[in-house]
Amino acid sequence: MTKSLTHLERLEAEAIHIMREVIADAEKPVMLYSVGKDSAVMLHLARKAFYPSSPPFPLLHIDTTWKFKAMYALREKAARDAGMELLVHQNPEATARGINPFDHGSLHTDMWKTEGLKQALDQHGFDVTFGGARRDEEKSRAKERIFSFRTATHIWDPKNQRPELWNLYNTRKAKAESIRVFPISNWTELDIWQYIHLENIEIVPLYFSAPRPTVTRDGMLLMVDDERFPLKDGEVPVERSIRFRTLGCYPLTGAVESHATTLPEIIQEMLLTTTSERQGRAIDHDQAASMEKKKQEGYF
Amino acid sequence: MSHVKTDHVIYKTDDLIASDIDAYLNVHQHKSLLRFITCGSVDDGKSTLIGRLLYDSKMIFEDQLATLQSDSKRMGTQGEDIDFALLVDGLAAEREQGITIDVAYRFFATEKRKFIVADCPGHEQYTRNMVTGASTADLAVILIDARKGVLVQTRRHSYLVKLLGIRNIVLAVNKMDLIDYDQATYDAIVTEYTAFAASIGIHDFTAMPISGFKGDNITERSVHMPWYMGQPLIAHLETVALDNDADQAKPLRMPVQWVNRPNLDFRGFSGQIATGIVRPGDAIRVLPSGKTSTISKIVTLDGELSKAVAGQSVTLCFTDEIDCSRGDVIAAADNPPEVSDQFESTIVWMADDPLIPGRAYWLKLGTQTVSATVQSPKFTVNVNNMEHMAAKTLELNAIGVAEILTDKPIVFEPYMNNHVLGGYILIDKISNATVAAGMLHFSLRRAQNVHWQATDIGREAHAALKNQKPKILWFTGLSGSGKSTIANEVEKTLHLLNRHTFLLDGDNIRHGLNKDLGFTETDRIENIRRVGEVAKLMADAGLIVLTAFISPFRAERDMVRAMMPEGEFVEIFVDTPLAVAEARDVKGLYKKARAGQLKNFTGIDSPYEPPEKPDIKVNTVEMSAAEAAEHIVRQLMPLK
Repeated sequence: MTKSLTHLERLEAEAIHIMREVIADAEKPVMLYSVGKDSAVMLHLARKAFYPSSPPFPLLHIDTTWKFKAMYALREKAARDAGMELLVHQNPEATARGINPFDHGSLHTDMWKTEGLKQALDQHGFDVTFGGARRDEEKSRAKERIFSFRTATHIWDPKNQRPELWNLYNTRKAKAESIRVFPISNWTELDIWQYIHLENIEIVPLYFSAPRPTVTRDGMLLMVDDERFPLKDGEVPVERSIRFRTLGCYPLTGAVESHATTLPEIIQEMLLTTTSERQGRAIDHDQAASMEKKKQEGYF
Repeated sequence: MSHVKTDHVIYKTDDLIASDIDAYLNVHQHKSLLRFITCGSVDDGKSTLIGRLLYDSKMIFEDQLATLQSDSKRMGTQGEDIDFALLVDGLAAEREQGITIDVAYRFFATEKRKFIVADCPGHEQYTRNMVTGASTADLAVILIDARKGVLVQTRRHSYLVKLLGIRNIVLAVNKMDLIDYDQATYDAIVTEYTAFAASIGIHDFTAMPISGFKGDNITERSVHMPWYMGQPLIAHLETVALDNDADQAKPLRMPVQWVNRPNLDFRGFSGQIATGIVRPGDAIRVLPSGKTSTISKIVTLDGELSKAVAGQSVTLCFTDEIDCSRGDVIAAADNPPEVSDQFESTIVWMADDPLIPGRAYWLKLGTQTVSATVQSPKFTVNVNNMEHMAAKTLELNAIGVAEILTDKPIVFEPYMNNHVLGGYILIDKISNATVAAGMLHFSLRRAQNVHWQATDIGREAHAALKNQKPKILWFTGLSGSGKSTIANEVEKTLHLLNRHTFLLDGDNIRHGLNKDLGFTETDRIENIRRVGEVAKLMADAGLIVLTAFISPFRAERDMVRAMMPEGEFVEIFVDTPLAVAEARDVKGLYKKARAGQLKNFTGIDSPYEPPEKPDIKVNTVEMSAAEAAEHIVRQLMPLK
C-alpha cells in the first residue's frame, strides 16, 4: 500500500539527505544560526537528520550586537535544547570602530556580517557552512545551486560552480576551498511557516504581534528595541501592534502592523498579503542587484 | 497600487483563508509535490507560460507586480498588457556577465499540489542545462509555437526528456490565440509529433492547445477551443501520477549515507529510501557484501515508525551486528540489485575539457564513490536528428554511449528502473569539477563471467623468498631530464646490494608491448596504464621495479599509485627545468619538436604536470646522475 508523501515531507527528506551527504565528506562543518525562523527550521532539520546522535557540528552566530534583545534570549536556549555548541563571533574591528547601522549605512552589514563571517570561518577553519537561504526569497536566487563553492579567500566564482543532477552532490574540493550549503533551497516562505506550525518549532516572539514602541523612518516601521536608538528632536516612539516577517538588525528591519498572535493567523496574513517578504529589509534596496554583489563579496 | 485581479478564477481560495484558516491549513498540509521542467525557448512563450503560472497562483506580490507593470511598459513586448515573461527573465544581464546558469527554479502552489519548475534558459549549453533540470523532474512540458509546429529543437527536447527517463510528457501547443484557435493546425501538429515521438520510444504523452499569454487552457477550459476535450494544464499537473508513488511499488533499496553511532548501544544506518517500503521485521541484504539481517526498528526524532517509504530519510537498525557502511545499499533480501564493475552507459559531457578515454575519474552513484575509466565512445548522438556518429571523445554538450569500468564493483540498477542506482556523475580528480552525467544501461557480461582465480603462492611468498619488500620506483620528468640515466644508476646500486630488480624503460617498452601506441593524450594514458599493470605484476612477483617514463599527467601516475598497496609506489620526480633539458637534447627531439616535425611533445606542445608531493625529488642541475642515484637509494633504505 503506497503512502503519498506530502510536499513538506519531501522537502524535509531532501534537506536531511543533503545534511547527511555533507557530514559524510566534510572535515569541519558548521551551521550558521541567525536565530530567525529559517534558522529555527534548519536547526530542527539537523536534529532530525542525525537523531539519536546530536548534530555533529556547532552552531555559529555572526553577531552584529544590533539584533533584537528577544533574539539573544532565544539563541542560548535553542542551542542548549539541541545539545549543540554555540559559537558567537563579533568582528573586533567593527567593535573597535563602533560600527552601527545609524551612522555607517551599508558599511554596517559589510563589516559585521560579511567580514565577520569570513573572520569566523578562517579562525575556526570551517570547510563547510550550512546556511538557510531559499530560492524563493528573491529573483536572483532562483538559479542558486544548493552547494556553492568558495575560493580560499571566500570569493564566489560564478563561472566555477557545478551542475547538480538528481540528488548527487559533488562535495570534493581543494585544500583551503570551502562550500556553503543551502539545504532548504526549495522551500518557500509558506513552507517554512507551515512546517514551524506542524512541527511546533520554537521561534522568536517578535514574529507574533504585540504592542511595541515604534517610529517611522523612510517609509519603514522600526521598533525602538533599546536605548541606542537615536530619536530625532521631538520624536516620540509610538506604541503599535506590530510583528516581523523577517528578523535581522533591529534598526534595519521593518515591522508590519498586525494583530496576528498565532501561527495560523500569521499564515493567514501572509497568504492575504500583497508584498514580498524581503521588502522589510533595507539591505536589498541599497543598490540594484545588491544581493548578487553582496554574495560575490562573501555575504550569504 | 491596488492588487490587480485577473479576469478568471485564481487557484487560491481567498475566502477560505479569510474565513477558516485552520481548515485551509489542514488542506494545504496534505498537498503533494510535483517537479517539472519546461522545454522551449523564449520564442515558444516559455517564460510567458511560467510567468502566467506564477501570476495566476498569486505567487507575485504587489511590490513585484508594481515593478512588473512599469517594466512591461518600459521594455515589454505586449503593449499595455502585462508581459509575464519579465517575471522570470532577468537572467540576460547575468549571461552577459558570463555567469553560468544551469537552471532557475520557480515555485508555485495550487489547492492540490506544490510545484517546482525547472526553467533552463538559453540555447547555448542547452543540453547540459536541460539534462540537469530534467534529472529531478517528474514531468516535462514541451512547448511548441503553434505557428511553427514541430521544430528541430522540439526533437532535441523530446530526445533529452526520454533520455533522462521522464515518463510524463505534456505537449503544449502554445500561442493558439495567434492562429485563431484553429483545430486543424493543432491536430496536424499533434499527428506529426506522435509519429516522431514513437520513433524515439515515446509512446505516451498528453497534448493540449494553450495560450500562455491569453490564459487559454491554463487554469480553465478555454472558451475559444470547445473542440478540445481534455483537461487544462493546471488540472493535468494537479492530477498526474507521481514517480514517488510508483517508486514505492519497487523492491527496497536504500543507499547508506552515514552510520549513526551515538554510543556503544546504538548502531543505525541513515539514508534516504530510493525505492520500496520497509517495515520492522523485513529481511534485508546489504550489498555488495551480500550479508543478510532483519530490520529491528526504523528510528526518527518523531519516534519509531511502523513503516517508511521511498523518498523518506530515515535511520534503520538491524537485529544482527553485520558490517554496513557508507556506500553500501540496504535491499530486499529476496530481490537484491546487481553488483558489477563494467557497464554500458550513456554519458552527457558537461565540461569544457573533453573526455579523455582511459583516464580515471571519480564516479559518484548514490552514496558510492569509486574510480572509473571511460572507454572511447561507441558513438555519439546528434541531438537534432538522433543520428549516430563515430567519435573518439566527448566534447562539451556531447551525448555518447561508451563502456565504463570501475576499479571496484558497485551496486547498481539500470537507470530506466531506478534513477538513484543508475544515474551517476563523473568528477575530474584534479580540478574536482563535475564533468559528466551518466546513465547505466546494463552490466557487461565479461564482468560477470571473468572471475579472479586465487593462486596458492601469493605476492608475500614471492617477496619473502627474495628477502625484500616489493616496490615500484616511478621516475617522472621531462624528456632529457635524466630519468633513464639515474634509474640505471639506482638499479646498479640495488643490484650490488643483492636486490632483485627490473628496469622498465619508456623507449624500450615502445619497441615491443606498446609499439601500437602513439603520442596523443589518449595513447599516452594507455601507455602508462599498461606499464602500470606490468609493473604491478612484477611487484607481485616480489621485484623492485624501476620505471623511467615521462608520464606527464598527474591523474595517470595517481592511477598507478592507487593500484598498489600503500607505500609500495614511490614517485621520484627528476626535476630538470625545460630550458636545461632542451639545452641537453641528447636525442635531438627538442630540435625536431621546435621545428614542428614532432607533434605532442611534452613541454613544447603537450603539458607536463609536475608531482605536487613526490616521495623523492632530485635536482639534476645541482646533482650529478651518480649523486642523484645515491640520494634516492639513501631515501629507500631499509629495503627489507
